[in-house]
Amino acid sequence: MTGTWHLIRLILRRDRVLLPLWVIILCALPASYAASYAELFPNDAAREQYALTTAATPSFESLLGPLFGNSVGALTAQRVGTVYAILALISLLTVIRHTRTEEDAGRRELIAATVIGRHAALSAALIVTAAANLLLALLIAVTLISSGLEAGGSLLLGLSMAVVGIVFAGVGALTAQLTENAGPARGLAIIVLGVAFLIRAAGDPADSWVSWLSPLAWGQQSEPFAADKWWVLLLPLALFVVLAGAAYRISVGRDVGAGVLPARLGPATSTTLASPFALAWRLQRGLLIGWSVGMGVAGLALGGTASAVMDAFADNPDMADIMTRLGGTASLADAFVSGLLGILAIAVSAYGIQAALRMRAEETALRAEPVLATSTGRVPWALSHVVFAVLGPAVALLALGVTLGISYGASMNDVGGQLPRVIGAALVQLPAVAVLTGLTVALFGLLPRLSALAWGALGAFLLLGQIGAVLQLDQIVLDVSPFTHTPHLPGGTLSATPVLTLSALALLLILAGLYGFRRRDVG
Amino acid sequence: MVSGLHKSFGRTHALNGLDLTVGTGEVHGFLGPNGSGKSTTIRVLLGLLKADAGSARLLGGDPWNDATTLHRRLAYVPGDVTLWPNLSGGEVIDLLGRLRGGLNKTRRAELLERFDLDPRKKGRAYSKGNRQKVGLVAALASDVELLILDEPTSGLDPLMEEVFRECIQEEKRRGRTVLLSSHILAEVELLCDRVSIIRSGQTVETGTLAELRHLSRTSITAELATPITDLPDVHDLHVDGTRVRFQVDADHLDAVLKHLSHAGVRGLVSQPPTLEELFKRHYEVAARS
Repeated sequence: MTGTWHLIRLILRRDRVLLPLWVIILCALPASYAASYAELFPNDAAREQYALTTAATPSFESLLGPLFGNSVGALTAQRVGTVYAILALISLLTVIRHTRTEEDAGRRELIAATVIGRHAALSAALIVTAAANLLLALLIAVTLISSGLEAGGSLLLGLSMAVVGIVFAGVGALTAQLTENAGPARGLAIIVLGVAFLIRAAGDPADSWVSWLSPLAWGQQSEPFAADKWWVLLLPLALFVVLAGAAYRISVGRDVGAGVLPARLGPATSTTLASPFALAWRLQRGLLIGWSVGMGVAGLALGGTASAVMDAFADNPDMADIMTRLGGTASLADAFVSGLLGILAIAVSAYGIQAALRMRAEETALRAEPVLATSTGRVPWALSHVVFAVLGPAVALLALGVTLGISYGASMNDVGGQLPRVIGAALVQLPAVAVLTGLTVALFGLLPRLSALAWGALGAFLLLGQIGAVLQLDQIVLDVSPFTHTPHLPGGTLSATPVLTLSALALLLILAGLYGFRRRDVG
Repeated sequence: MVSGLHKSFGRTHALNGLDLTVGTGEVHGFLGPNGSGKSTTIRVLLGLLKADAGSARLLGGDPWNDATTLHRRLAYVPGDVTLWPNLSGGEVIDLLGRLRGGLNKTRRAELLERFDLDPRKKGRAYSKGNRQKVGLVAALASDVELLILDEPTSGLDPLMEEVFRECIQEEKRRGRTVLLSSHILAEVELLCDRVSIIRSGQTVETGTLAELRHLSRTSITAELATPITDLPDVHDLHVDGTRVRFQVDADHLDAVLKHLSHAGVRGLVSQPPTLEELFKRHYEVAARS
């Protein structure tokens, strides 16, 4: 263990921004949920009504987890269900980042040659991650207590999140020992997390014992603000001891840089990689598949909740008013779907930006240079990525429209009628999404160093769309965002002018970007 | 090939009127200290950077405007080959070869064998030296007229450097033109017909190795009959009684020897000029300035 303290300080120095950032963001979430529930459902009757609706909506429990009781605290404990998964993801990534990634990059060798014990690297990564989780637990307890919730439940909720984070830190520690490179270690750990999430999502709506098979479920199964079963927290701690123990055993028995699972070999030759487009497909297909599947699943889960949420909000005029303003149509159910599509369109824009920024990443990693030193022209090279940045979001939106249409239609007993409406409503978001892609391409071509500003623009549009409508900001300010101009479908009227204007703007931005890229220095 | 090239990045002047001519069929050594503008010149030649002033011609075309057609006729290996983490080495070789317009399959297999490279490994799993080999195999297996190599042997072990030298000599026999940027003098001495030395974005020497040797200094140690205090036109003069030690440029050798024989020469040791000294001299000036 010699040198662990030095490595802890190294990790804290390297993560001095990242670590506080996620702790602060995650600790703010439970208290903000509690505040909004206290406001939305001010009395027992309203909360009981909400609890009944939730129990009748399987997809809601699948997404968030089980609801025990009907106090504000209990509702909050259910609502943070997704936060457990986020925390688990962050924890496993943090551990891998400071173990296998370091080894992969060869930096571990530099450290291992100094007076540092064999266990030090793994210990330091686990200690920092566990400490951050416990700090988060404490902060969550403090913020919940100060917002008026019961102290015991607040502390239990905080700790239940920390122990889930710590279990997945253990998962990360183990997979980091198994594979030779950081990428597969991350992939393996995320698969474990995904399986845990699916098991919980399958078990929770049925109140089945199956949920107990998932470490992700153990946090909520401690029933904070209801039965307060503290002993449940021993389960994740025990599993963590097993996982970390296995990781230490492997770590001691292996060489620095080696793994237990052999590195997967690729093909020795390639017959398909023959054009810049084929290369772009290889580089972009992961994003495309991930986003399309993600949007498809989101559509399926959210469509089912639409009619149930509508029932819950029907008695709440304030909420209904906000939803109608967000969606801009009178029919509440249509407004909900339209508002949902508006939010998800912003998420899909993130994909468009991500796909377009691949070009910049290829350039700065010096991988564009050897390709451009072949007879591949700059415009074909850039276009091969732009195609994915424009059509990729279209595919993701289509997947969203299909699944949302089916599940929404099913909940209204009208799949045939709703499916084409919802698909159309999803695809009408594309021009606004393409404007963001176009903006990214334009920045890449004309001001490459500022390419990441596209994220800033997306953040600003997100704020305008979400807060602007609620605050009733001036229309001129709202008009800056392309999403303001997207027709509110289903339910609203489809006018051609905004759709065509946005499409033309997107095309213009892309052409400007290509023009700039043709004329500028590469590298 | 290049004359009076200028290129600035913000306030840094990377190239300051650089001249470089590479004849068809020759292996041309391109030398200079770190940061002297070698890679920038190569990037201008590849049409990746646009020169601010001056002219550049490559294989009879304009490197900026005719980039894609010219690139069919050349292959490039950067000093630090970066690979796509999820593509295998073999896939990268085939990709770059095809994008260039074709790859010689037998030669590809032969080169993989000689460089002892496993093409099935993923990009993320290769060491620095093996990534370099991927770039070299992809370039050498292409049927092109011109090879542009930017410190291509960085990270290779001595055995592989030897393989690389053999390969370049074969390319030379095939009549290909090679522009080789390198720091390894043994490599340059063995392979290059002509060399250009650049410093701070300017060409300071260019010529055949014999011409450059002529430019460099001979070291002389002499035992004299009578002590002398001064010798004209010599460098680093050390006088120790009747012993003198100094360096002299080839042009002044004759005059200096006459001067010495006046004092009566009892013993004389002369060391021939080495390229290394010539390079060091240029590099040191660069380091000082």
